[in-house]
Amino acid sequence: MSATEAVIDIADREEPPLGGFKPAIVRLEVRRLLRNRRTLLFTVLFPVFFFLIFGLNSSYAKNRVGPGNVSAFIMISMALYGAVLATSSGGAMVAVERLAGWSRQLRITPLQPAAYIAIKMVTSLILGLAAVLAVYVVGLLTHKASMPAYLWVVTAAALWIGSLLFAAFGLFVGYLLPSENVMQVIGFALMLFSFGGGLFIPLSQFSHLLREMATYTPLYGLNELVHYPLVQGTFNWTWAANLVAWLVIFTAGAIWRFRKDTART
Amino acid sequence: MRAAEQHVPGIVPTGKPGHRPGEVHPPAAIDLVGVHKRFGSVEAVRGIDLRIGAGEVVAFLGPNGAGKTTTIDMVLGLSDPTEGTVAVFGLDPRDAVRKGLVSAVMQSGGLLKDMTVGETVAYTSFLFVRTRPPAEVMERAGITDIAGRLVGKCSGGEQQRLRFAMALLPDPDLLLLDEPTQGMDVEGRRAFWAAIRQDAKAGRTIVFATHYLEEADAYADRVVLVRKGEVVADGTSAEVKALASGRTVRATLVDADQDALGSIAGVDHVEIRGSSVVVHCSDSDAVARYLLTQTPARDLEVAALGLEEAFVALTGVDGPDPVGGPGSTGGPGSTGRTNPEPDGARR
Repeated sequence: MSATEAVIDIADREEPPLGGFKPAIVRLEVRRLLRNRRTLLFTVLFPVFFFLIFGLNSSYAKNRVGPGNVSAFIMISMALYGAVLATSSGGAMVAVERLAGWSRQLRITPLQPAAYIAIKMVTSLILGLAAVLAVYVVGLLTHKASMPAYLWVVTAAALWIGSLLFAAFGLFVGYLLPSENVMQVIGFALMLFSFGGGLFIPLSQFSHLLREMATYTPLYGLNELVHYPLVQGTFNWTWAANLVAWLVIFTAGAIWRFRKDTART
Repeated sequence: MRAAEQHVPGIVPTGKPGHRPGEVHPPAAIDLVGVHKRFGSVEAVRGIDLRIGAGEVVAFLGPNGAGKTTTIDMVLGLSDPTEGTVAVFGLDPRDAVRKGLVSAVMQSGGLLKDMTVGETVAYTSFLFVRTRPPAEVMERAGITDIAGRLVGKCSGGEQQRLRFAMALLPDPDLLLLDEPTQGMDVEGRRAFWAAIRQDAKAGRTIVFATHYLEEADAYADRVVLVRKGEVVADGTSAEVKALASGRTVRATLVDADQDALGSIAGVDHVEIRGSSVVVHCSDSDAVARYLLTQTPARDLEVAALGLEEAFVALTGVDGPDPVGGPGSTGGPGSTGRTNPEPDGARR
């Protein structure tokens, strides 16, 4: 560098496109995830484990459901459970990184807050995809789950995309509870939501009152919707209403906290 | 947004093709005009005007709560001033950050424990359009051999060198360091400053806040002392030392005339200790001349206050009030501004 370069040619300096979003960053984030054994255990292995326990029980696994069977029905439920765990923990990572001061560090780089969120979303969708594929591959290999080939693809795609609802949930909770314990809180909340949504036990087994309450919980609508291609029958608009309502609540909450967090004082 | 240009009279915008250095002044690296920062009822910064020219190496000194970090945050665009304007190379601070013109080594935090040193540098490099090669900045920060180590397993000094490597990536024209050597051992500090010094030769503007006063003395061209949100002194470390009631003249003299000594211009305090006399003054030459020509004084010694004493005198709780306190009597300006060339033309 020569002395004449002391005059800074500002025109020479560029701002990155897309607010700094780059696939290379997502690749590094995924590598970080793979290093985190606990996250992998909870999001990828647990749903597979649950499927092996509940999905292969020969007393009901082969019972018919639409063009498929109960085992396929449970496989969809467990894949959804894994996918929402992945996306919500991806959102909640924001909390841990904020605590470490990383968000602040990023603010003295060209990375825009929205691009940072997008990186987290894409990363958690990749983890979610791993969770879904793990359950479906085990479903395929164990030969109990049965439904037409196109439904394997349709249900997997639907629940994977639908799990984005919980990315907003994870972000919201992550911003709300800035602590390392946020993962435990989310794990517990998702367990409750999963019972409420009928992922673990069919809602028909619940008492009337509990069943009525369950229809208002955040996983209910999404769970019914991703099973619909298999179950078929009459479409219930309250499922869609439930999904939209919770999407609005979680997204609004996340945006509200996000704005508060990135506001400059 | 705030148009910074309107506050920098005499500055011709640069960056146009064909612009030749030397014909016009480049915009100041940092230009603070009437900056106030209030947090509720607390006024952390109370009217700072500060202009740091391109290529200057400036130490920002002050006790905790003086407003150093608050000021650095505003220069980085992490917060906005309540009043006044902040410009970095004539730009809004956030634009300067996005263009990689300014980067910083923060005091603590800002690292993820579950990434390796190498990954952290790579991650940061992806955030900018153009950077120096990661291998090069790691070499310059001395962390090449720990590239594969997890950040959580690094010592405080190693983490700080990592932050330095990250800050070097965009090849910034302005580098801000907030207490950069805290938590480092002597060897680490020496290595760190050697790297910074090497770096400053390339023409980079460097502003650092530090509690190690000898570092300010040894590494800065200019020292800006801040107290209670105001600049109390600004100049070379020699000028700042002189400001804090100047020098001490000591001589062996029996029956010294205390009144005569006290009447010499610039004398603050005369102390008689048996057969020796100690005079605190801002004009040691006048006192020495009097002692050597009008009295039989011998063994005369003149000593400057260290920057440490200047720091305590100017920023301590009992220190002089920023505006014309007793300690600054006779100093070259009771507001403490002594720097004759604040635009950094000296480089």
